[in-house]
Amino acid sequence: MKHKNLMSLPFTLWAVIFIVLPLCLIVWYGVTLEIPVEYTQITLEDGSTAYKLEDGTIQTQEPWQKKAVISFSNFKRMVEPTYLKLLIRSLRVALLTTLICLLLGYPVALILTGKDFKHPSLWMMLIILPMWMNFLLRTYSWMSILENSGILNSWIASLREAIPAFDQFLSDRGVGNKIIFLYNENAVILGMVYNYLSFMIMPIYTVIEKIDHSLLEAAADLGASPSKSFLRVTLPYSLPGVLEGVTMVFVPAVTTFVISQLMGGGKVPLIGDVIQNQFGKSSDWHFGASLSLLVMVVVLAFMRGLHSIDKEEEVQKEVRIF
Amino acid sequence: MDNNIILSIRNVKVVFEDGFTALGGVSIDIGQNEFVTLLGPSGCGKTTLLRCIGGFEKPTSGEILYKGENIIPLPPYKRNINTVFQRYALFPHMNVAQNVAFGPSLRREDKKQISARVSEMLELVGLAGFEKRRISSLSGGQQQRVAIARALINSPDVLLLDEPLGALDLKLRREMQLELKRIQRESGITFIFVTHDQEEALTMSDRVAVMRAGEILQLGTPVDIYNEPESAFVADFIGASNILPSTMVRDHLVHFLGTDFPCADSGFGENNPVDVVLRPEDVKLKPESDPANGVVGVVESLLFKGVHYEMKVRTGADALLVHSTHARQVGTRVKMTVAPEDIQVMRKSDYSPDVRARKGEGGAQ
Repeated sequence: MKHKNLMSLPFTLWAVIFIVLPLCLIVWYGVTLEIPVEYTQITLEDGSTAYKLEDGTIQTQEPWQKKAVISFSNFKRMVEPTYLKLLIRSLRVALLTTLICLLLGYPVALILTGKDFKHPSLWMMLIILPMWMNFLLRTYSWMSILENSGILNSWIASLREAIPAFDQFLSDRGVGNKIIFLYNENAVILGMVYNYLSFMIMPIYTVIEKIDHSLLEAAADLGASPSKSFLRVTLPYSLPGVLEGVTMVFVPAVTTFVISQLMGGGKVPLIGDVIQNQFGKSSDWHFGASLSLLVMVVVLAFMRGLHSIDKEEEVQKEVRIF
Repeated sequence: MDNNIILSIRNVKVVFEDGFTALGGVSIDIGQNEFVTLLGPSGCGKTTLLRCIGGFEKPTSGEILYKGENIIPLPPYKRNINTVFQRYALFPHMNVAQNVAFGPSLRREDKKQISARVSEMLELVGLAGFEKRRISSLSGGQQQRVAIARALINSPDVLLLDEPLGALDLKLRREMQLELKRIQRESGITFIFVTHDQEEALTMSDRVAVMRAGEILQLGTPVDIYNEPESAFVADFIGASNILPSTMVRDHLVHFLGTDFPCADSGFGENNPVDVVLRPEDVKLKPESDPANGVVGVVESLLFKGVHYEMKVRTGADALLVHSTHARQVGTRVKMTVAPEDIQVMRKSDYSPDVRARKGEGGAQ
């Protein structure tokens, strides 16, 4: 027992220094404000001017000190429409990203785990391979594909030249020579889906792969067609993987700021951008910290909701037949 | 045996992708309400044959006629045949009742009716009141019963059982053997049972098919298989036996261990090499001076086995296994005799002890 305690010491230390303390700091910053200290101007015996601070110290320079006071004004500021809109947009973008990743990723995982699919691990590696490249590089390459004079637009242009009917078709629908793909919400979602898709595929793949094949044989034996066998066995089994994938996509998606800055060109700011701004340009750490807390609460609520879906599913399954 | 043939397997051959021949043209007719056991060592093709009947394996050639119709093109879910899988394959995310109700609920039968049938089935397998239990809370024997109930509720005409008792301990296995036999009698369903345990096969079955290397070597009632094995492999696999290379002198006279013995068998020609199987309990030990026709040997070992003693009696290069309720001390010289009807003459095969010795596999005992 003692040995076990000793073994956990490095991690406990790590957790305290790098997780608990920073979290406490964020909470502290979040619930405080910095205001100038109060002082009174006094005249010293030699006739010069000095300043008496509230704690009684006297100094000759004009006071620059600030003090932290506990205040919830940050939270009042958060519910201003500007920030609420950003939060809602972030949630919408993250949810859409998660949904698209799920719709794209689940079939991929299903195909890869198919009985007759050859070399699934090779394909899995091909899916993960782009993730080994730098995140920024990946996003920049999307930009060079989608920008106004990018690859996609030049392809469309040559297609239009080659096929007059296609050109006519586009012109009739008011499509100009350059189609604007970038710098809107869709572009941001595309960037996120591309970057997070493998985080959806992996957990689902792992769970489906572990399903005992004899369970599927048993289902078929008892009269389940392939589609029914999927609905009654594979789907309920893969639910934990789906929930994990949803968490792994949603959480980074709701807090990201780089993708929205690059693909959105600053036109689609998300809550992550605002937070980054508070710690950067605006250097209002207190507001930034309280926004972080807000996002944290939202993520926690989301995960709590997911967890209850998981629980409910189990209960429902229990009740469904009887 | 019932003349009402429900399942007719005709020359079914299975060659795997890697070229391995799992079944080399197997044929067997199975009657209604029959309990047929496919018996053989692992890798003999018994499970492959079962999977072909269930629809999980596609034969390379041959026919499987179910009530006269070839079912090979039908997927498993379109066959009125159910399987009890080797490791039960129960759905762990469902409770006992949901597992049992899986089949009927797929067919969208009336819920109340399903519920009543589930209780009925659970009662049949001795698990009344277990409806709400989770699969993970059940013992191996209980899971086994759930698997049987889950298959039986679909009222299949044929139930396939793939070594269903393999994971149970000996006592539970004996219990389940009787239980299965009772269920089969009461339900009137044809059982096709796969096992490598010869005792299990002999106690439960109406007929046993002994398989080896993708072939059925012998098909018959347990008594026939035990008393009249047609080849050295069957004799050896079915139980402790003495298999001796012999010569058929002429009809009703066979020569082994340097002595001529009168026997009941005929039709093996004259002076032809054959194998003879002697059950250990059929070899009688008499004093050396006894005038009866027999072979003299020396008791080499003596083991108490509960019901009987097991002795090894050496004569020349051979040692015979003898079971007797009468112990003879090690070193005693005895005369071994055997009644003509207890000598089972078999054709030579590649499993014959002398053939295997030549191939370097070592003979049987």
